[in-house]
Amino acid sequence: MTYLKPLFRHPKLPKNKLGYTLKEYEGTISTLCAGCGHDSISATIVQACFELSIEPHLVAKISGIGCSSKTPAYFLGNSHGFNSVHGRMPSVATGANLANKNMVYFGVSGDGDTASIGMGQFVHVIRRNLNMVYVVMNNGCYGLTKGQDSATADVGSASKSGHINPFQPVDLASLAVELGATFVAQSFSGDKQQLVPLIKAAIQHKGLAFINVMSPCVTFNNNPGSTKSYDYVREHMQATGTLDFVPEREAIKAEYAAGTDTAVSLHDGTVMRLHKLAPEWNPEDRLSAVNAMQQARAKNEILTGLLYINTEFGDLHDILNTSDGAFNTLGEKALCPGEEQLQVINAGLR
Amino acid sequence: MKPTDTRNPEYYHKVVDCQYACPAHTPVPEYIRKIAAEKYTEAYMINWESNVFPGILGRTCDRPCEPACRRGRVEEEPVAICRLKRVAADNKGDVQSLMPQGPFTPNGKKIALIGGGPASLSVARDLAPLGYEIHLFDEQIAGGGMMRSQIPAFRLPEEVLNEEVGYILNLGIHTQFMTYVESLKEVLEKDYDAVFVGTGAPRGRDLPKLPGRKEGDAHIHIGIEWLAGVAFEHIDKIGKKVIVLGGGNTAMDCCRTSRRLGGESVKVVVRSPFKDMKASPWEKEDAMHEDIEIFDNHVPLSFEVENGKLTGMKFQRVKAIYDDAGKRKLLPTGEPDVFIEADEVLIAIGQENSFPWIERDLGLKFDEWNMPEVDKVTFQSTHPKVFFGGDAAFGPENVITAVAHGHQAAVSIHLYCQGKDITQRPAPYTKLFSTKMGIHEWSYDSPVTIDQRYLVPQAEKSVTLLDRRKEVELGFDLPTGYKEAQRCLNCDVQTDFTADRCIECDACMDICPTSCITFTTNEEDEDQLRQKLLVPATDKTQDILVSENLKTGRVMVKDEDVCLHCGLCAERCPTSAWDMQQFFYSVTKAENI
Repeated sequence: MTYLKPLFRHPKLPKNKLGYTLKEYEGTISTLCAGCGHDSISATIVQACFELSIEPHLVAKISGIGCSSKTPAYFLGNSHGFNSVHGRMPSVATGANLANKNMVYFGVSGDGDTASIGMGQFVHVIRRNLNMVYVVMNNGCYGLTKGQDSATADVGSASKSGHINPFQPVDLASLAVELGATFVAQSFSGDKQQLVPLIKAAIQHKGLAFINVMSPCVTFNNNPGSTKSYDYVREHMQATGTLDFVPEREAIKAEYAAGTDTAVSLHDGTVMRLHKLAPEWNPEDRLSAVNAMQQARAKNEILTGLLYINTEFGDLHDILNTSDGAFNTLGEKALCPGEEQLQVINAGLR
Repeated sequence: MKPTDTRNPEYYHKVVDCQYACPAHTPVPEYIRKIAAEKYTEAYMINWESNVFPGILGRTCDRPCEPACRRGRVEEEPVAICRLKRVAADNKGDVQSLMPQGPFTPNGKKIALIGGGPASLSVARDLAPLGYEIHLFDEQIAGGGMMRSQIPAFRLPEEVLNEEVGYILNLGIHTQFMTYVESLKEVLEKDYDAVFVGTGAPRGRDLPKLPGRKEGDAHIHIGIEWLAGVAFEHIDKIGKKVIVLGGGNTAMDCCRTSRRLGGESVKVVVRSPFKDMKASPWEKEDAMHEDIEIFDNHVPLSFEVENGKLTGMKFQRVKAIYDDAGKRKLLPTGEPDVFIEADEVLIAIGQENSFPWIERDLGLKFDEWNMPEVDKVTFQSTHPKVFFGGDAAFGPENVITAVAHGHQAAVSIHLYCQGKDITQRPAPYTKLFSTKMGIHEWSYDSPVTIDQRYLVPQAEKSVTLLDRRKEVELGFDLPTGYKEAQRCLNCDVQTDFTADRCIECDACMDICPTSCITFTTNEEDEDQLRQKLLVPATDKTQDILVSENLKTGRVMVKDEDVCLHCGLCAERCPTSAWDMQQFFYSVTKAENI
C-alpha cells in the first residue's frame, strides 16, 4: 500500500490569486477505505479553499471522533487542526473562534459524532450562531465500528447484513433550520459540482453554516436496500437549485431568467446567485424552507442544495459584543487590564 | 467521443512513450525493471531480441526514446535509458547460451547481404536461425559497417563491437570481407533467393566549389573517410590546428578524434546557430569538455592556401532569421569576414547514398534523387528479389533505425521466400496482465522517486586525450544504475479501466497526483472534451482515454500525458474498476512467423 503520494503534480496545474496550486491545500494520503465518500468531501474542501484563495494558515480544522473526524488529516495540510473528543468539536471550535475571530473554522463531524454523542453540542452551537462551517459527513452508519445503524439511518433502511433499521432518523438539516441555523445546505459527496459552491458560500457566510453531506460508506452501507448508498442517493436526489458563487468584484458572466433567480448578498460584498429549480421555495424564508424539506421527505426525495439562508442574524461575536481584534493582537494591557478593572467588574456584580 | 479501444495494441503501446519512439520498439520499462532487480542477463536479452546490439547502442545510440520519456514532461530530465542499457550489457552473465544455437537445419534458401553494417547483421540474426544460408559481403576487414569505421573507439571500444557482431556471425553466416561488390547484376545472376542491400550512406559530402579546395587538398579531408582511416590505422596524426566543418555527430567525432591525434587547437565551425546543430546535446557537451571551441553562424567562404600550404579558412558571419513557418534563413550580419588558422580541415557536413555498383537496367527503379524506390513497410525495391534497409534505404539515419529496418526486411524476405504476400505483416506480440498482488500491492515498484537524473562518470581528460582507444564514459556503477533505473515510471504498467465496475465515487480523480482523471459529460468533439478536463489536455500528441458511458451518463476521461503510473487510482478504487495491468509489446520477428 502506498502511504506517500508522489510529489510530482501536473506541470500546468492552475494557480489561484495567491500563486498557490491545489497542492498547497492537500493533506496526507487518506487511510480511509478506498472509495469512501469522505475522501470526496475532503477533495471538495481543498478545491473550495483553493478557489477562494484562502491562506492555508488562516484556517483551523476541528473534528471529533469517527471516520469523518479523521479527514482533517487528509485536507489542508498547511492549516491548523484539532482532533478533539467525541462529539465535542463545537466546544473546541467555540473556544478557538472566541480567541481569534479572523480565521476560517471548519468543523468536521459525522452522523455519530453529531446526531448521537454530540447532539447537545450541535444544538447549542447552532443557537449561538458561531461563525464556522459545520460539515457532517453523513453515511448513516458507524463505519469505524463495523457499520451499526446510526441515528441518521432511515427507518426501513437495510444494513449490509440485511438488518432493517426500526427507528426514525434524525433529520439534521430540518433540525438545524428549526434551531435557527442561519445557513443550511444538504448535498452529496458524489456531486462536486454542487458541493464546491456550497462550501465556498458556507465559508463566506458569517455565522454557522451547516452542510449535511450524504457520504456513502463503501464498506458497510453501499448495499441494495440502504438509503445512503451511491445508487440510492443518486436516484433520489432532488436539487433545490444551482448555486453560482460570485466572489466580490468579479463580473457575473451568466444570464439568469427572471423569476427563478435570487441574488443573496453576503456580509463581505460577495453575491450568491441561486438558480431555483423548485419554484415555490424561497431560501430566505424559513417556513418555505421547512415546507420544501417536509414535502421532499414525504416523496422519499433527498433535497439537496442550499435550503435556507439568513444573512441578517449576527454571529456569536456580534451577539456578545466582543472586542474587534483577535486575542493574539490585543497586547498584554488589553488582555490583562489589572486590579482596578477587576474591582470595577466585581463591584458591578454585587 | 467514442469509447477508446484499449484492446487495440497500438493504444497502450503509445502510452509507453520510450518504446513507441524507439524505431525497434524495445520494451524499455521491462528491461529497466530487470536492471533494478539485478537481472542484467535478462535485461540484456530483452534488448538483444529487439535491438540486436545492446552494448553498442548502450554507448552510441541516438536515443530517440529519451526526448519522448514521460519523466521529461513531469520534471527536468528523462531517464538515462541509453546508459541503463549499457549497465545491462556491462554486467550480464553468459548470454551466448540463451541465443539461438546452431547448427540450424537448412531450409534450402540462400540470401545475399551486401554490406556488413547493423541493417545487414539484423537481417542475418533474424534469418539464420530459420535455416537460411546467408552470404554477407563487405569491403572492410571485419563486420560492423559504420559502427566500425565511423564511431571512434573512445566512444565504442572494439571489444564491445567485436563481441556483438560476433554473436551474429557465429550463427553460421558465410562472410566475405574485403570484398567490394561491384555489380548487383552479378549477384542476381547467382542463385540467391533474395538480396538485401545494407550499404549505408558511404559518401561524405564535400565542398568542391569552395576556392582553395583543390590547392589545399593534401590537408583537407572528408570526415567519415578520415574517421575510417583512423579506425583502420592508416592515419595516426593530425596537425596542431584543426578546423572541423559541420555540426552533426560526425563533426563531434572528428573534432574529438583530432584532439587525440595531436590536434591542440581544434575548432568546430558550423553555419547554423548552436542550438540548431544536428549533433546530440551530450555529444556537444563532451566535445566542449575536451577544450574544443564551437563557432556557430559562420559560413565557409574559402580555403586559404599560401605557397601550396593550407593556412586556414575564411568565413562569413551570418545570423539565423526564422519566418512564420519556422523556416530558417541565414543572412549576413555585415561584420567583417573571419579568418581562422588551420593546418588541416575535416569536412563533416553530411553524407549521401551512392549506388554506382547497381546497374540501372535491372528493373530496380531509382527516383529523381538517385535513390532506389523502396517500400516503407516491406523494404522491397521494385525488383522483387532485392530488399533495402538502413541508411541505404531512405538516406542517413542511425543504428537503431537500421536495426528496425533489418527486422522488417527479414520478415519480408522470409515471407517472400515462402511465396507468401509480403504486404500481410504479422501482428505485434502483446501481453496484458494484472500486476495485482494483494489489496493494495502491485508486482512492480509503484512509488515514484524524485531523484534527478544521474550523471554518467567519465574518465579524466588527461588520460583519455592521450589514447584514442581509451573509453571516455565509464558507465554507471551498480548502485547508481539501480537509482537511475528507479526513476523509470513504468509506463508499460497500464491504468486499465472497466466502466461497468465503476460506482463513480470520484476516489481516483481525488487521489490522482497529476490530475489526469476527470468524470464529465461527453462531447462529440475531441478538442471540446480535452478542454473540459481538470487540467485541459492541450498536448495532442498524447491520447486521452475515454470510457464507456457510466451510470450517471457521464464518462471517465483520462489524459495520458503526465500519468505517473503510480497505481494510486487503482489503490483507491473500491471496485477494481481500475487495475494496473502490465503491457508487453514486441515487434514480431521473422523467426516468430
